[in-house]
Amino acid sequence: MKVMIAAPLRSYTGERSQIEADGATLAEILADLDRRYPGIRFRMIDEQDAIRRHMRIFVNGEQARGLDAALRASDEVIILQALSGG
Amino acid sequence: MKSKTRAIAALPAAAAGPVALLVATRKGAFILKSDKGRRAWTTNGPMFFGHIVHHMLLDPRDRRTLLAAARTGHLGPTLFRSTDFGKTWKEASKPPAFPKAAAGQKGRVVDHTFWLTPGHAGEPGAWYAGTSPQGLFRSEDGGDTWAPVSGFNDHPMYASWTGGEQDGTPDGPKLHSINVDPRDARHLYIGMSSGGVFESTDKGANWTPLNQGCAADFLPDPNPEYGHDVHCLRLHPLAPDILYQQNHCGLYRMERAGARWVRVGTAMPGKVGDIGFPLVLHPRDPATLWVFPMDGTSVWPRTSPGGKPASYVSRNAGKSWQRQDGGLPREQGWFTVKRQAMSADAHDPVGVYFGTTSGEVWASRNEGAKWSCIARHLPHIYAVEAAELAR
Repeated sequence: MKVMIAAPLRSYTGERSQIEADGATLAEILADLDRRYPGIRFRMIDEQDAIRRHMRIFVNGEQARGLDAALRASDEVIILQALSGG
Repeated sequence: MKSKTRAIAALPAAAAGPVALLVATRKGAFILKSDKGRRAWTTNGPMFFGHIVHHMLLDPRDRRTLLAAARTGHLGPTLFRSTDFGKTWKEASKPPAFPKAAAGQKGRVVDHTFWLTPGHAGEPGAWYAGTSPQGLFRSEDGGDTWAPVSGFNDHPMYASWTGGEQDGTPDGPKLHSINVDPRDARHLYIGMSSGGVFESTDKGANWTPLNQGCAADFLPDPNPEYGHDVHCLRLHPLAPDILYQQNHCGLYRMERAGARWVRVGTAMPGKVGDIGFPLVLHPRDPATLWVFPMDGTSVWPRTSPGGKPASYVSRNAGKSWQRQDGGLPREQGWFTVKRQAMSADAHDPVGVYFGTTSGEVWASRNEGAKWSCIARHLPHIYAVEAAELAR
């Protein structure tokens, strides 16, 4: 499955903005990402399995609110940083 | 608790080589390196550019390992570790995190790691970390993997001791000032903003509040058992039964056997007061300490009183204080110096250093008698830790 990676996380992916990951749910995709790029998951998902306040994950253009959504191999996952600053 | 009587090692020899200042800022970390005479300084960095770095420390046991606590505005908290004094860094494989809550229960989330303390000299590789919200974590492997200290984090009194989100600093409630008794690795002290001072004699399995005599004028009870706002807590490695505390409500000293804080800040000039954040101890004289007063009046500006920055030193354990403003602005100097942003080296005379939220680093080669600005235009400084590059 194609996963688009936000700029702040590309230090984990060798600066690649688009990578592949496998899984039937968003949780599985993120677990696979963490296997391939250790540490990346905790930067965007907290220890209670919630998406961090300033991160956003979209599946086929729809914002995901949790990690349970079922996915198909043809789906597109986009991981973005929300607007924040200071 | 009885006072420990076992003798402390002989007075350590003064250092003589160059000094490094580990500067943690809101936009990354920097290392300032001096020449042997501590006259010329070079600024190296930024490292972790764009990261909010709350603390960076050298492991005094191997003098090569650096740990840095970092997060960004978007990304969650992590730790970076270098075993070659900052040439290369590797992220911790398991940063501090609270356990996953049981289904249906609300779990805690580490917002950032705020404080780092190397473990006991007899426990190489051991480190402690304090977080926001208040959490205590321990690493056994040089900072690569971290586990919660359940004896504190899951204590039945945790919620009462730590209060809620509103009972903390403007940047969140914090556990900090982790002190390890150099005679006994099981004997720990921590400070919290807020919560107060707590002590463990069994390596963190159990904890006891240690706040008697300390004011908490923001609470209705004039003498609460806990809930105090500790800004900085220090024990001296050569006299570990004496504790000093810079608190939201003044400067205090405790002889542990008496278990009561005595306000030594009353000897400070009335117009300056005894509010501030950092507290720095002399490496070889347990009776000498430095503070950097902040304006804690009215709406708490948290800047140098009157716009006239100065450190204050006591050479007699807080009985009297001397103003040290040589080289500092005489007026319109609205410095804010945070609790980790002042430290001392191990030279003779001792070098004292502080960083401001406006990005300046100031140094004194003569124990505060004369200050020089050695770096400016850095980001908002959270921490300045002095490290000896050769001993």
